[in-house]
Amino acid sequence: MKRRKRLFFLGLLLSCMIALCACSGSTENEGNEQKEAENGEASKNGGSVIVGITNDLDSLDPHKAVAAGTKEVLFNIFEGLVKPDKDGKLVPAVASDYKISEDGMTYTFPLREGVKFHNGALVTVDDVIYSLKRATGLLETSDPEVRVESVFSCVESIEAITTEDGKQGVEVKLNQPNIELLSYFTISIIPKDYTEQATKPVGTGPFRFVSYSPMVSIVMEKNPDYYVAGVPYLDEVTFKISANTDAAFMELRAGTIDIFQQLTYEQSNQLKDLYNIEIGNMNLVQGLFLNHKAAPFDNLKVRQALCYAIDRQMILDIVAGGSGTIIGSNMFPGFGKYYDETLASYYTYDTEKAKQLLNEAGYPNGFHFTITVPSNYQAHVDTAQVIVEQLKKVGITAEIKLVEWASWISDVYQGRNYEATIVGLDSNLSPSDIVKRYVSTARNNFLNYSNEQFDDLYQEAAASVNDEEKVELYHQLQRILTEDVASVYIQDPANLVAVNKKLAGYQFYPVYVQDMSTVYYK
Amino acid sequence: MGKQKNRLNFIVGISLVSFALLLVIVGIFYTPYDPNEMNVLAKNQAPSLSHLFGTDYMGRDILSRVMEGAFTTFFVGIATVIIGATIGSILGAVTGYFGGIVDEILMRINDAVASFPSILLALVFVSILGTGKYNVILALGILFIPSFARVIRSEFIIQKEMDYVKSASLLGASHIRIIFLHIFPNTKAILRSAITIGFNNAVLAEAGMSYLSLGVQPPDASLGRMLSESQTYLFGAPWMALAPGLMIVITVLGFSLLNEGGAWHE
Amino acid sequence: MKFYIKKLITLIITLLFVSFITFFAFQVIPGDSAVAKLGMDATEEQLFELRESMGLNDPMFVRYGRFLKNAITGDFGTSTQYNVSVGSLISERLPVTAWLAALSVLFMVVISLPLGLLCARKENGFLDRFLTFLSQTFMAVPPFFLGIIITLIFGIVLKWFIPGKFIPISQDFGGFLSYMVFPAFAVSIPKVAMLTKFLKTSLLRELSFDYVRTARSKGLKKKQIMTKHVLKNALIPVITFFGMLIADALAGSIVVEQVFNLPGMGRMLVTAIANRDFSVVSAAVLYIAGIVIIINFIVDMTYQKVDPRVRIS
Repeated sequence: MKRRKRLFFLGLLLSCMIALCACSGSTENEGNEQKEAENGEASKNGGSVIVGITNDLDSLDPHKAVAAGTKEVLFNIFEGLVKPDKDGKLVPAVASDYKISEDGMTYTFPLREGVKFHNGALVTVDDVIYSLKRATGLLETSDPEVRVESVFSCVESIEAITTEDGKQGVEVKLNQPNIELLSYFTISIIPKDYTEQATKPVGTGPFRFVSYSPMVSIVMEKNPDYYVAGVPYLDEVTFKISANTDAAFMELRAGTIDIFQQLTYEQSNQLKDLYNIEIGNMNLVQGLFLNHKAAPFDNLKVRQALCYAIDRQMILDIVAGGSGTIIGSNMFPGFGKYYDETLASYYTYDTEKAKQLLNEAGYPNGFHFTITVPSNYQAHVDTAQVIVEQLKKVGITAEIKLVEWASWISDVYQGRNYEATIVGLDSNLSPSDIVKRYVSTARNNFLNYSNEQFDDLYQEAAASVNDEEKVELYHQLQRILTEDVASVYIQDPANLVAVNKKLAGYQFYPVYVQDMSTVYYK
Repeated sequence: MGKQKNRLNFIVGISLVSFALLLVIVGIFYTPYDPNEMNVLAKNQAPSLSHLFGTDYMGRDILSRVMEGAFTTFFVGIATVIIGATIGSILGAVTGYFGGIVDEILMRINDAVASFPSILLALVFVSILGTGKYNVILALGILFIPSFARVIRSEFIIQKEMDYVKSASLLGASHIRIIFLHIFPNTKAILRSAITIGFNNAVLAEAGMSYLSLGVQPPDASLGRMLSESQTYLFGAPWMALAPGLMIVITVLGFSLLNEGGAWHE
Repeated sequence: MKFYIKKLITLIITLLFVSFITFFAFQVIPGDSAVAKLGMDATEEQLFELRESMGLNDPMFVRYGRFLKNAITGDFGTSTQYNVSVGSLISERLPVTAWLAALSVLFMVVISLPLGLLCARKENGFLDRFLTFLSQTFMAVPPFFLGIIITLIFGIVLKWFIPGKFIPISQDFGGFLSYMVFPAFAVSIPKVAMLTKFLKTSLLRELSFDYVRTARSKGLKKKQIMTKHVLKNALIPVITFFGMLIADALAGSIVVEQVFNLPGMGRMLVTAIANRDFSVVSAAVLYIAGIVIIINFIVDMTYQKVDPRVRIS
């Protein structure tokens, strides 16, 4: 009896020691693997990369995924008829070309020949029509989980055609002119009637799906049949899911992640010696968004006072070490010619002017309001803290209220039950997408913004089929938002990315993606 | 021998707690800087004469923030214990004293709450009531009821069989009188240690909730929040963790030593 | 037999209560799985349609009834986020948390037992004081921070393990366990102080009993008495402590899994709450609560077996 007990304790101790030994043993193995990887880097091809992400995927089905963090991953597996390049231009992908009719009513896409799905099957016109119909809500039996963009309500029909030079293709007819719809044809092309998309996704992209383990990782490998010769370079890419940025930071310090984006400035500073830090734009409109139905934000003078009271340069300095691009309206530089950069300096930091405006508005002693901030974005939380401090100086008391993302969507974005909020708004590459929420009847007008002049101009801009005219109209729209202070626009935040020093080819896009097909070992 | 050790515990404990309390009380009236004031030019500064514990990533003075944060943490801890101890003791006393079906039902609810993951409950409160320290207190307070109830209940089960209770009952004392005037004073020792452990657990739980961003709202400082914010800076600015970390250790250690030394004091 | 039936009934009532709280919580908090699934720009019609297909438009009690009916048959439905059955999701996560908790409890015992013996042997000696002080200091460190410090020292400076690495249990059991060791330390170390103190007190009380003096007068060595008689008796009250320890280890693992990036029940719960994935949350909560309750029950039983005095109450 006693002996047995002693044996039991001995067993306990032994198991502990075994565990410890096993632990150190596996570290050695890891080292060997790394060495192997090092040996294989003689050519540009080969090698595997681990990309750290902090949001688990919301779906593997590209038509069901809505989270930006998921789309950035699936970009590597799926492609649309067209896809964005790094300058924001749309280039043919599954389609070999595209044509928009002059009246802006018909889009024609001849298919690229010989594009194969990851399951080996050739992409047919039927697959393309199925994919487009599924994503536009035109299938006879629709799946309620598929997210249909509201802009697709203008799609009249999708049909197979044979182009003049005898190629197979599809033709999309609209019921009203729209020359900006092209950026929506990035919707993923998937095999017709394939039912396992949510568990074993099949696409046409540079990488093909290998495995997915919830909360752990998604693994993809090189697609040898990819239609661009020589692309991709890497054999394998793993997107590793971390619980949060802090946990990921520890892994970065340990060198187990090769690429990680959206670091805070301080984090990037502490990784400088281990990684190349690449700086791009997040392509977001970060702002202090105001509910125009909540007093006193219905008062233009109060809104203007906020613009003068907030020192945007200081926000950049404190939160991001000075990086980021200050913006003055609801658009970011990624939009190129449509973006009006002159508006960034429309309001300057001037507390005296702010106080004077508050006085005129009838709030000589300031007022009190709450800023609702989604708690999962540290950059927004930090920005909110700086703004609270700055507003104190003009007598305005702001209080921060942190909410979960799901609560933010349902209470703030859909319920419009808030006073002010700080978030980053992203967008499709079409300029109408980013400003249309300010149309007074827009469903996603969570700001309750209402301005007839804006509404009319927007209709004109969206319907215009002349690009030059469009540029001019979008500039005017941005100016209205700035002058009328639809909200306080802060910045397009900098995207700080840590990249393994042995890697090259990491590219920034004006949309929210992480393209691994261009990355290679030096 | 044991007495001497308890005395030492008491002395060390009381000094640590007094130190922490002093800092908190001074902090109410005076802090070297405004705890929330930011300074772009003084970000991440190491401890120096002008900033004794350095500055954080937004250029805020850490000492001032610790003083303010310690107040918040103490407030959360004490309020939590008051909720937990009051309701828990009453529940424990009633169930332990009377037993029967009420005891059975309340203890099952007790078990249910005790086995419920605390973050889910915290999340519910935060979502219903909004965020902030009062909701942290409410959530933790409710979570702490079961442990107090359990401790007091078992004490009552033992005490109610004792002679002094029986004689009081024979003398015609009412149940309420027996519970509150006769038995309760005898649970003082156990209640005291339950309270100190409860306070310490509340301080640590607040830190845990801050880590999951369910705690006190920024820019308000709390020791837990400061500690959880500091983790990214352990390489570049380790002093950010030092002051709040030390303060938590001083507080928790002080209270547990005080608890152990308490026997000597009596 | 009657006793067991009674216990079983209370177990069921408790689980019902827990399931109701979980369900009710999801009624009150803003956002539902349809919102989480369709994201920011979903239209009312789209939301309505998805809710209809998920059965979210039915009255609250109809849904609770349906949930209960399925739960009784062991079917917790499908995770709205992962599109897999909750059962399979949990069967992958539960071992992680279970092993983490088991290792933590093991460490607690393995560390506290010798410490308790050492301290009890020479009460108030230097070693006793030093160990008490040390363990109490560790108790004062929040577990998440302890986890960070452990990662920093053993993961980054000493490189004894790779931070954030996880080996699935199906792949390599040894490797899996080895990555549980450090997280388990983070869970167990803060609890060591409490357990050591409890053991010490219990040992000292045993030592003060007459039988020890009798044994000594018989000429038995102190060491022999300690291991042969005292330890065994002193461990009995520790058993009651066990249920609490395991509950603590489970609760501690929720936070520690975040720090060490382990895909266990805790992380699943946090993610599922954020995504309003009710089926996953309810199943996870019921599992965790059920485990705690069952362990408490087993503790009660063992305690009764070992110490007949308890049977009276």
